[in-house]
Amino acid sequence: MNRRTLLASAAAMALVAMLPALPVSAQTPFPEGEKLKVGFIYVGPVGDGGWSYQHDLGRQAIEAEYGDRIETTFIESVPEGADAERALTQLALSGCKLIFATSFGFMDAVINTAAKFPDVKFEHATGYKRAENVSTYDARFYEGRAVMGTIAGRMTKSNKIGYIGSFPIPEVIQGINSSFIHARKVNPDVEMRVVWAYTWFDPAKEADAASALLAEGVDVILQHTDSTAPLAKLQEKGGIGFGQASDMAAFKPTPRVSSIIDNWNPYYIRRVGQVLDGTWTSHGVWLGIGDGEVEIGEITEAVPAEVKAEAEALRDQIGSGAYHPFTGPLNKQDGSAWLAEGQKATDEELSSMNFFVEGISAQIPS
Amino acid sequence: MIEWTTFLLLLSAATPILFAALGETIAERAGVLNLGVEGMMITGALAGFAAAHATGSPMAGFVAGAVAGAALSLIFGGLTQYLLTNQVATGLALTMFGLGLTAMFGKPYEGVKAPSMAGGPLGINWVIWLGLVLVPVTWLILNRTRPGLILRGVGENHDAAHALGYKVRGTRMAAIAIGGALAGVGGAYVSIATVLQWTEGMTAGAGWIALAIVVFAGWSPWGVLAGAWLFGGVTVLQLRLQAAGVAVPVQLLSMAPYLATIIVLVIISARHKYAGGGGTAPGSLGRSFHALR
Repeated sequence: MNRRTLLASAAAMALVAMLPALPVSAQTPFPEGEKLKVGFIYVGPVGDGGWSYQHDLGRQAIEAEYGDRIETTFIESVPEGADAERALTQLALSGCKLIFATSFGFMDAVINTAAKFPDVKFEHATGYKRAENVSTYDARFYEGRAVMGTIAGRMTKSNKIGYIGSFPIPEVIQGINSSFIHARKVNPDVEMRVVWAYTWFDPAKEADAASALLAEGVDVILQHTDSTAPLAKLQEKGGIGFGQASDMAAFKPTPRVSSIIDNWNPYYIRRVGQVLDGTWTSHGVWLGIGDGEVEIGEITEAVPAEVKAEAEALRDQIGSGAYHPFTGPLNKQDGSAWLAEGQKATDEELSSMNFFVEGISAQIPS
Repeated sequence: MIEWTTFLLLLSAATPILFAALGETIAERAGVLNLGVEGMMITGALAGFAAAHATGSPMAGFVAGAVAGAALSLIFGGLTQYLLTNQVATGLALTMFGLGLTAMFGKPYEGVKAPSMAGGPLGINWVIWLGLVLVPVTWLILNRTRPGLILRGVGENHDAAHALGYKVRGTRMAAIAIGGALAGVGGAYVSIATVLQWTEGMTAGAGWIALAIVVFAGWSPWGVLAGAWLFGGVTVLQLRLQAAGVAVPVQLLSMAPYLATIIVLVIISARHKYAGGGGTAPGSLGRSFHALR
């Protein structure tokens, strides 16, 4: 027996051992010779250079991985809300058996459509509502924000950091808090200015928001919107920023001094594989730097070496699990105690986060 | 809070809508309802960006944006004026066509940078100045010249204009092309001056706002200016107030452009009621013209 057959039989035995544990429902592999159709809906155009672009890379990755066994299709620029249900229904009716809905605001549309198509499996990004055939998956963007916040705190000269928020939802609030906490940690004088754009993708508005922040004396901008417009504005008017969702490498070495990259490829490949071999079940996962789903893009030479080393050390500590970005002592904005010394925020607290931490003067629209 | 820099941001944010809405005003005064403004803007945005990038001259970019916008609008013109297709459906199709076309041809320009634009007098670039100058010019041409009178006549009652011997289709094609060119310049402003790069779908609904402003303005160039400043200005102002950390509820700030619109609409319609005349839609707006004799 050579090593390969040994490994194979070990794997087979492990599988057999696991079999009774699997739920009875529909654990049949996808029929050989038939193509699995996988659909995607994106909130912006695939060419946004950020969020939707990165999801589309994931779509291309599964095509490369599974080749002839699957077929993919996508609908871009789908508005959040009722129209998303139409797009999802269209994908389901066209024969997609696995559908990825890649924005928070698609949540109710996914749940409604999933109820109508029980044999279609849905994967909803960044949401929290699940069903028998609806999984949710998310990335711990706030881990990356901690690293960006550290760089921002060290790099600002005016001690004013700007943040372009999309919508006041937990995912965005986590990012603002995490950036601020870590900027303050390295620079106690730092202030955070927040502008809510109320859009995920509107380059002109994002650029205007960046201009408004710059006019206020901000010299480092973080964004939680999907286009590269704020970076282009920084390039014109000075100041630094970070790639968001995608590396945005075109703006290296400055204004883009680093980036948070959402790498969905491994997750998408794994989930498509599970549908093909019949082991897909509904779950909710939240992966971070340690799992390779959140990556920190190259820190450019515009950042001093010691700051770069500090940021990378923080990244590695978060990745190894040695450090949690939300570790006490931390107070809420109103001064009330949140986390005691050494206490870490639970996932539940994070995924429903609706408050700023102490020190941020901006208000969350309620 | 409302100091010079904010005013500059306001002017800049209003410019794309101002151009597009002025163009649409001219088309609609000639009786043509072109709902393809968004498609013409995005086409102008890409063509303008590509030309500015290739030549290194923003000026060439704006010219290219105008030409591309006009070219696209002539497709609409040919369909609606010669093949007598429905204007609403054709206009909507034009928007989808423009968005799709630019998404396809725009791929090579993603992540490419625009040449920087020189500032003009008072730190206001010459395209903004051009937009401001176009307002009185458009008003003068429409209301105080013979071609303007013919254009309005065609828009109010195309059968009567035809009976008098005026070329309804020719006039309308010209108005459509001018409307397309201005929408193209507005789009080019978004890519060359505001965002400084090409991104698919980057006009993000500005064309629809321009369409709304034309109605809001009662088909008058001055009203268009007021509308563009209101939409663009209040948007900028609310971002600016947020950035300054002013303790005003964000919801109220986000609502402001729409609230202001409603208030102005009420004022305008009240004024019409008492002053009488003006501000109503051209009589033949959206109707196909087919000469029987």
